[in-house]
Amino acid sequence: MITTVQRLADAIPDGALLGVPPDYSGVAMAVTLELVRRGARDLRLFCLPQGNMHVDILVGAGCVAEVETAAVTLGEHGPAPCFNRAVESGRIVVKDTTCPALHAALTATERGVPFLPVRGLLGSDLLKRRADYRVVDNPFARTGDPIVLVPAVRLDAALFHAPRADGDGNLWIGRRRELATLAHAAERSFVSVDDVVDGSFFETETKAAGALSGLYVEGIALAPGGAQPLGLGDHYEADAAALAAYARAARTEEGFEAWLERALGEAVVARA
Amino acid sequence: MTPEIQRIATLAELIGPARHVAVGAASPIPAAASWLARARHGTRVTVLHDRRQNTFTDGARELFDLAGQGRIDVFFLGGVQIDGAANINLVGTGDYPQLTKRFPGSFGSAYLYFVVPRVILYREEHSPRTLVERVDFVSAPGTSPPETFRPGGPTHLLTGKALFAFDREAGRFGLAARAPEESVASLRAQTGFAFDAAADVPAWAGVDAATLETLADVVVPALRASYPAFTDRVFGAVGAG
Repeated sequence: MITTVQRLADAIPDGALLGVPPDYSGVAMAVTLELVRRGARDLRLFCLPQGNMHVDILVGAGCVAEVETAAVTLGEHGPAPCFNRAVESGRIVVKDTTCPALHAALTATERGVPFLPVRGLLGSDLLKRRADYRVVDNPFARTGDPIVLVPAVRLDAALFHAPRADGDGNLWIGRRRELATLAHAAERSFVSVDDVVDGSFFETETKAAGALSGLYVEGIALAPGGAQPLGLGDHYEADAAALAAYARAARTEEGFEAWLERALGEAVVARA
Repeated sequence: MTPEIQRIATLAELIGPARHVAVGAASPIPAAASWLARARHGTRVTVLHDRRQNTFTDGARELFDLAGQGRIDVFFLGGVQIDGAANINLVGTGDYPQLTKRFPGSFGSAYLYFVVPRVILYREEHSPRTLVERVDFVSAPGTSPPETFRPGGPTHLLTGKALFAFDREAGRFGLAARAPEESVASLRAQTGFAFDAAADVPAWAGVDAATLETLADVVVPALRASYPAFTDRVFGAVGAG
């Protein structure tokens, strides 16, 4: 069951609708670099609910055709330079929306229903651009009450990083329940972990409360520090210097290429 | 006293005795204002990107789920552009989708602007570039037709030069206070949208001693834990300057 980050990246096909979490959750950065190395193409990223450095790298490396998201940013390190260049030059399609609509699309799939209603959005240009959303009158109201319906989204794959897996292939994700939502709504979930422990998280209620059943998980790769330079809960902090260095380098295409070459080289060394 | 302290005090006044305020990432001034409100009124403050001050356990969606039930009273939003009808644009400038300049995106604004009763707009830059007649892209509209479910919306817009109150019926901003060095005329020249203003709009008051004391005693330690560089710059390395 436990495999390598390379095998996980190989298992995610070109063109896949791929769900990814935000930087404060659990980003599979090591696998992200392997997707770049294998030359992944035409990925359609679904951000729950926003994208950060991982999305910027995949876009900058030409792996992405489309991004559905509420935002893409490097957080306190500023704008996402590769993403912004790609949008401004028309190289990628962005399906802009708002956070709860992204949650609703996957929650509908979790529940096995075709859509969920979402408040807000009415009168926004987001709604105007979303031909896949519908507006209906609340059938339970006496009059009017228009409400947006968001169709269920089934992801081809979800990719994220979790602190640990147990001997039965279950994951411990703590309270980062958006990782569970991604896994519930995906055909196949691929997860890198910092470590693998013996036994089962379901032996104690304390651990079980933060667990995600292995029934949702297709592949687990051991990747200590696999979310870095982003942080991982209380396991490790984000590497602010490394993130700032990325933000600086990626301001130009040449700078990004040089950063990427170095990052891929370091990943090879780390593997050896 | 720094302009940031002035802004913190003003935002805390606007928050008033709220039950629950939520603050997003990279927002030291709204966070400090919320902690000042907590010190004064016992307001619950959720700081989304702080492990201890974010007590949600149902993932990123819990913020939206509880806001939809009316469990957040006050939230802060900004914008690349804000127009005279309080429409906000967080997506970018130029013609969508191939924008001239892309910004991060709408985040939760298109939802929270509808369901949080009191949304305070805060944008430090006050210029015709940011305060425009009509936003290039509506991430979230300032007002909605009567048939739209909308318990929430904007109450105020604070900039580095002025405080506007938003009239939801009229769909217009009115000048509530100005920085001492500004006049109604100078503000009209620096604002891309039309707004209402009385003949003599007061300059905003300075920050009183009691507020400075509360900031130093209660807010600065909390702020330093999350935003050390900001705290040192604004309050000095040891306390409120």
